[in-house]
Amino acid sequence: MSQESDVLVEIDDVYKYFPIKQGIIFKREIARVHAVDGVSLKVRRGETIGIVGESGCGKSTLARCITGLHPITKGRIVFDGQDISNLRGRALKPFHRDVQMIFQDPYGSLNPRRRVGAIIGDPFDIHGIASGAERKRRVQELMELVGLNPEHYNRFPAEFSGGQRQRIGIARALALKPKLIVCDEPVSALDVSIQAQVINLLKDLQDELGLTYVFIAHDLSVVRYVSDRVAVMYLGKIAENADGEELYENPRHPYTSALLSAASIADPDAAERRERIVLSGDVPSPIRPPSGCRFHPRCPKAQENCVDVAPDLIVRGGDTASHLTACHYPVEAAENLAVETAAIEQLSTEPTLPSA
Amino acid sequence: MSLLEVRDLKVSFDTSDGLVQAVRGVSFTVERGKTLGIVGESGSGKSVSTQTLLGLTAGALIDGEALFEGQDLLAMSDEQLRRIRGKEIAMIFQDPLSSLHPLYKVGKQIAEMIRQHESDVSKAQARKRAIELLGMVGIPEPGQRVDDYPHQFSGGMRQRAMIAMSLALNPKLIVADEPTTALDATVQAQILDLMLRLQREFDTALIMITHDLGVIADLADDVLVMYGGKPVEHADRRSLYYRPHHPYTKGLLESIPGSTGAKTRLKPIPGQPPSLINLPTGCAFHPRCEYVMDRCVPEEPPLAAVNDKDGFPDLGHTSACWLPREAAGLSTEVERIRQEAVALGRTTGALGSTAGSTVVDAGEAK
Repeated sequence: MSQESDVLVEIDDVYKYFPIKQGIIFKREIARVHAVDGVSLKVRRGETIGIVGESGCGKSTLARCITGLHPITKGRIVFDGQDISNLRGRALKPFHRDVQMIFQDPYGSLNPRRRVGAIIGDPFDIHGIASGAERKRRVQELMELVGLNPEHYNRFPAEFSGGQRQRIGIARALALKPKLIVCDEPVSALDVSIQAQVINLLKDLQDELGLTYVFIAHDLSVVRYVSDRVAVMYLGKIAENADGEELYENPRHPYTSALLSAASIADPDAAERRERIVLSGDVPSPIRPPSGCRFHPRCPKAQENCVDVAPDLIVRGGDTASHLTACHYPVEAAENLAVETAAIEQLSTEPTLPSA
Repeated sequence: MSLLEVRDLKVSFDTSDGLVQAVRGVSFTVERGKTLGIVGESGSGKSVSTQTLLGLTAGALIDGEALFEGQDLLAMSDEQLRRIRGKEIAMIFQDPLSSLHPLYKVGKQIAEMIRQHESDVSKAQARKRAIELLGMVGIPEPGQRVDDYPHQFSGGMRQRAMIAMSLALNPKLIVADEPTTALDATVQAQILDLMLRLQREFDTALIMITHDLGVIADLADDVLVMYGGKPVEHADRRSLYYRPHHPYTKGLLESIPGSTGAKTRLKPIPGQPPSLINLPTGCAFHPRCEYVMDRCVPEEPPLAAVNDKDGFPDLGHTSACWLPREAAGLSTEVERIRQEAVALGRTTGALGSTAGSTVVDAGEAK
């Protein structure tokens, strides 16, 4: 699947800043949140690209930029040969048919006062595709496709469990036969046994309908399972981007190694054997990100160079052409980071905003 | 004497929809300095059973016994319980933001708890101890951060502050209810690391409640798996992970995307957790169980010892399932034993189809 070089979405040096404004009448911009800070990524047709990272790393903002929910600050997003970064309003409508989103919270993303049939059928109305009996037939087909009972057409979301609501969200996303589905933490809110049901469903639908997924999650084992390629984000930038197995077997960025070592393992012996790389401190504030490499205050390998020069996302020595790492001193195969601690002391990066 | 001994705890809530049987008979013991993991899905009764011990389930109908150092917690008056809560038994909740008061400084909240239980401590002394505690749980510059409000802390720091608070009076038992579920993987590693270290240092007993078997794999001494308000399997951690007997435990382990990275299809547990108002007859798991037999529907299986590797009953490993006692483990050999038992146990073909039909709208029906 990943051999196909047919690119569906090309994200080219995209920036997304959120201004922080202050003032009563004349609102001045006093700072900005660097949510996505120069990200380039290619999504190929039919593949699943996983994006992992901690909260606040910009992965959800990036997803919203791809779906056009956030206008981007700078850069270019090309979808299926068309530059969509400057389209507004009506011109975006055909694009919205091709890109759909599945949200994290199956409780918050469905209107509690509307019936399931109406929720799933809305896209048909909005795009004027089907109405009346035809709409009902199509909605029931979709419900069947995602494993819901079509007889529950007239029920309210409150009558369904979390896993079933996530299926409703999936049916709604599939209604217009999109080319790309952006899944923003689709299984994080579900119980472990239900998670597996939804993941299997997403995989089956991909095989059946030839969908392309951008799959965002903080759970590394889920991302490894579903993704062909994985991008690791840290503070608005991509730290490492590689084929799934390659990234998990041979991580080069110290942050990736730390993330992998922190993942929970359901095997007592393996869990005892592994050496956790415990990172010190928290993710710095994206309002005033650290200079140079953004990971340097928490990195066990940081040197002076890392404070001044931001590393490029390029192929590092000995890696395959598809394995990109943004690190001056990538992790070598036999290296043990667990015994090292951050060499450069972490300073608080919480900015002091002028008081109103 | 065990530190905590819970005997046949039953908790139910009378609601307008009917009686919610949240916990239907749970027994466990916690020894000093040991860790008990309680695992289950939402609605399995794992949180309710521990909250009841501390008198946090107002309006519940409670039955059973919970002996903490020989005293029954469930029979205590509010005043007696207040003296134990925080001082002898501390609790760490899942959501650190809503368990800290937003309008009081973090340090003050810790100091207040110290002074509540130890009236001879002055305000200045309590504050000093709060600073020490914050430093101990790894908050940088505790002298300054002690005067911060909870919203000025990050998620991980808030959970650290909660841990500092729970340790403030050197309790004998800490109940941690999903302490890392709301946190990122790297912060989760920090917090688990911290809890393990502090537990060794202070010899505190710990009850870890979680829905993720991965979190407690290197933490728990014993693990109790709950389903539908009842324990279904109870064993030491190695037996539980390597030789699960109950199909639910096996299903939980199998539905975790393999950390081996094998891209074989995931094996979910079909269907939904049961409604606690209208529980299935017999074994509560039978509508979702792939090994369901005739007797599972009318008869509820008791917790009974599972055979160890040498074929002798292992009293430390119990499971509530009618499958043969030697059917423990994940190997193909054990799978054969299960299948044979199921073939014998099913007299009619009808049962399998009724069990299937209840899950058809949620399971793998496509």
